[in-house]
Amino acid sequence: MKNSRRQVFYIVGLVPILFLLAFYVLPLGVVFEKAVQGVQQTLQRADLLSKIGKPLGFTIYQAILSTLLTVLVGFPIAYVFTHFDFKGKKFFNMAVTLPFILPTVVVAAAFNSLLGSHGWLNLLLMNIFNLQNPPIQWMNTLGIILLAHVFYNTSVFVRMVGAAWAQLEVQQEQAARILGANAWQRFRRITLPLLKPSIISALLMVFLFDFTSFGVILLLGGPAFSTLEVEIYLQTTQMLDLPMAGILSMIQLVITFCIAALTLREKKAGSIAFLPDIKNERLQKPRTHTQKVFLAVLLVFVILFFVLPEVSLLLRSLVRLEADRTQIGQISTGFTLDFYKELFQNTRRSLFYVPPIQALKNSVLYALATTLIAGVLGVISAYGLTRVRRTGLLRALVNLPLGTSSVTLGLGFLLTFTRLSFFQDFPQVLVPIAHSLIALPVVISTLYPAFSAIPSNMHAAAGVLGASPINVLIKIDLPLIRRPMLVGALYAFILSLGEFGATSFLTRPAFPTLPVAIYRYLSLPGAMNYGQAMAMACILMLVCAFSMFIMDKFSSQDVVS
Amino acid sequence: MKRNSITISTILALLAVVILNGCQQEEPRTLTVVTHDSFAIGEDVIRQFEQENDVTVNFVLSGDTGSALNKVILTKDAPLGDVFYGVDNTFLSRALDEDIFESYQSPMLADISEEFILDEEYRALPVDYGDVCINYDKAYFNARDIAVPQNLDDLLDPTYAGMLVVENPAVSSPGLAFLLATIAQYGEEGYLDYWQQLYENDVVVVNDWETAYYSNFSASSGLGPQPMVVSYATSPAAEVIFASEPLQESPTASIIGTNACFRQVEFVGILEGTPNRDLAQKFIDYMLSVPFQQDIPMNMFVLPVNVNAQLPAEFEAYIQIPDAPATLPFEQIAASREAWIQAWQETVLQ
Repeated sequence: MKNSRRQVFYIVGLVPILFLLAFYVLPLGVVFEKAVQGVQQTLQRADLLSKIGKPLGFTIYQAILSTLLTVLVGFPIAYVFTHFDFKGKKFFNMAVTLPFILPTVVVAAAFNSLLGSHGWLNLLLMNIFNLQNPPIQWMNTLGIILLAHVFYNTSVFVRMVGAAWAQLEVQQEQAARILGANAWQRFRRITLPLLKPSIISALLMVFLFDFTSFGVILLLGGPAFSTLEVEIYLQTTQMLDLPMAGILSMIQLVITFCIAALTLREKKAGSIAFLPDIKNERLQKPRTHTQKVFLAVLLVFVILFFVLPEVSLLLRSLVRLEADRTQIGQISTGFTLDFYKELFQNTRRSLFYVPPIQALKNSVLYALATTLIAGVLGVISAYGLTRVRRTGLLRALVNLPLGTSSVTLGLGFLLTFTRLSFFQDFPQVLVPIAHSLIALPVVISTLYPAFSAIPSNMHAAAGVLGASPINVLIKIDLPLIRRPMLVGALYAFILSLGEFGATSFLTRPAFPTLPVAIYRYLSLPGAMNYGQAMAMACILMLVCAFSMFIMDKFSSQDVVS
Repeated sequence: MKRNSITISTILALLAVVILNGCQQEEPRTLTVVTHDSFAIGEDVIRQFEQENDVTVNFVLSGDTGSALNKVILTKDAPLGDVFYGVDNTFLSRALDEDIFESYQSPMLADISEEFILDEEYRALPVDYGDVCINYDKAYFNARDIAVPQNLDDLLDPTYAGMLVVENPAVSSPGLAFLLATIAQYGEEGYLDYWQQLYENDVVVVNDWETAYYSNFSASSGLGPQPMVVSYATSPAAEVIFASEPLQESPTASIIGTNACFRQVEFVGILEGTPNRDLAQKFIDYMLSVPFQQDIPMNMFVLPVNVNAQLPAEFEAYIQIPDAPATLPFEQIAASREAWIQAWQETVLQ
């Protein structure tokens, strides 16, 4: 009896490993195998070191800067969201998260309508100071890269750290307060050590997102900046130099592994068990003057930094903005719903026209499937990793998909799976699988600190009472990690909604996702195409906001019951 | 608990829908056409071919031009399809060197202008062409009473300082085409000098066409700062066709002086080892025939190579076709592409 339970435990544990072997190791192996042919020649190139060194240096440099800035912005926001109860909190929480799903072209358009040469800010400054030329030149600077990375990834930090912070038990802090510890001491000695595993997990995720950043560097950073990911893309798709792309991919993987391993060493020391605070005792209305000012300042920042670009995007999809035909600087504007209406007409009678509702349906179905796959595999993996000893290497390895170039992975999928008849019949299965690969590290990183924080004596007690590991998981662990689980599920869902890199390799004409459809519109000139792309992006934002709303409903109901 | 199981079964049901959606009825024969993402054509045009030949045409879109070619090359031992459409003259040499195509001298070639038939062994057959040209913002030049530059030389005039945005040739296909135009005009010895002077005249470089057109170009919806952009000769027509309110004339036009535009030609070929050679031949004949050719402009915004194909009215009215577009031998492009781009980057991105 006992033995067969153990067997079930191990067999279930094998599922994520088999998944990764089949859909990650295998396709990458196929690409690397192709890349190895001719690698000898590439290795002898005289300019090899500069070809690798320059993008490598910049990749790490910008990723460190971006991560630090994200923490700087994210920490106060996480604090406010977990400590204060105020009107519109859900809205602000959403506003911080929405950028995560936006395709880079759309973010570029949003920034452009705010900061561009005819953006509101420049027009305002030109009017006030009577300037001839727009004072803010933001395109193609390091600044815009960092800004965009913070814009994209702050929510990852806020949600991951926030989920842990919200369920820290308050007794210890209260005890410390009674013993005379001041706020800083309580934070340094109690809160920070308890949050450390989640902070490090969140740092790693943010770092890896910045490290493998592609669209931001290419579209916003411009030709002067190049990262490994961008180089891999160029070598693969423009130079058709697979050996070079393979070498760069390999380097990216090795560094991802090293960084993941580095953060793991830290994690062990910081991991302290706690019981989650389910009653939200920490949450209160801001009372003191300082608290109110702090909250106000922070919310103004959130409005300026996150809400404003989103609103300007929404406006952009509703306002006709034609350059005046006689004088530059003057713009004839008008409110219009045309862009949305036009979305539903196949004006070109094209074979590949897909109604936006269809693209929307595809996106949502892919996202649901991704949530399911990454969620189940993530729970099994995170649980397994806390229950089995000496898993350090494995825990570093599960992060690798995040550090893998989506161009390489997409190519691997094409070469490995498109020939199999099953995937020829059901090509759309590959998209959620590819999305799950990218989502899985995020889910595991969210769940692992939560799992390892559960006091082991609870497991021991359950074990003594005869509960199997599966039973322990269902009855004890899962209820205790509800919040991190929702965060994991949310990110699996929205990662899939917004993903473009690997998807662009795998979507079939009949099954495009919303981001793919947006890029299609923007590939042709014309105000209508531009407007429709903006309208589509707003639909994407609304879908994302709506799903967050639903998940929020789920979580609050569950907390009550 | 009950709610959870309902949620899970809902998700499973939705998943089943995803999978079942893909079930398609098997036709007796299928022709698979591998192509790039920008491929588009009228639905009725394809349906007609399918009915006439009792066949299902299956299109496999495989990323941008480079990705699609790469994929075909990497899978040439076990081809993914019967026909590959979408390799252009900047990549043609690569495709021919890798022996991915079977030769086919289509009878339709009689209707196609000699200038487009680049491969003498008829492995790659021309389907369409497009000119990469500088588009300018008519209103901008009108309002300021500035003469529009006519050719590449004019762009060096200080009057036009900071007015032109170009794409990075390492990233963007129009960017590469414009670089090739300057090489055709000034030769391998002279083009870097030209770019050095263009650089000193504050040419703006961005990575991709989308950014150049929608963020930097003043006549697009992005209302950017530069009144000239490297785009396509067909873009002015697209501005009218996709205007948000009906336009009498296009807000943009092209600069079409000698060698100011570079001509891109796209090719189709039968993939080596196809078991459906007969169907592949028929499909290529069909692609080169008038009904297909006439449908190309409105779907892909490139021009037909068949001399008998009529252009849509908007194209007749709003595009200019250069008399003397720049071209380079495709073998030379393949041989020097990387070195040119590298040298360009060192000159312009210093």
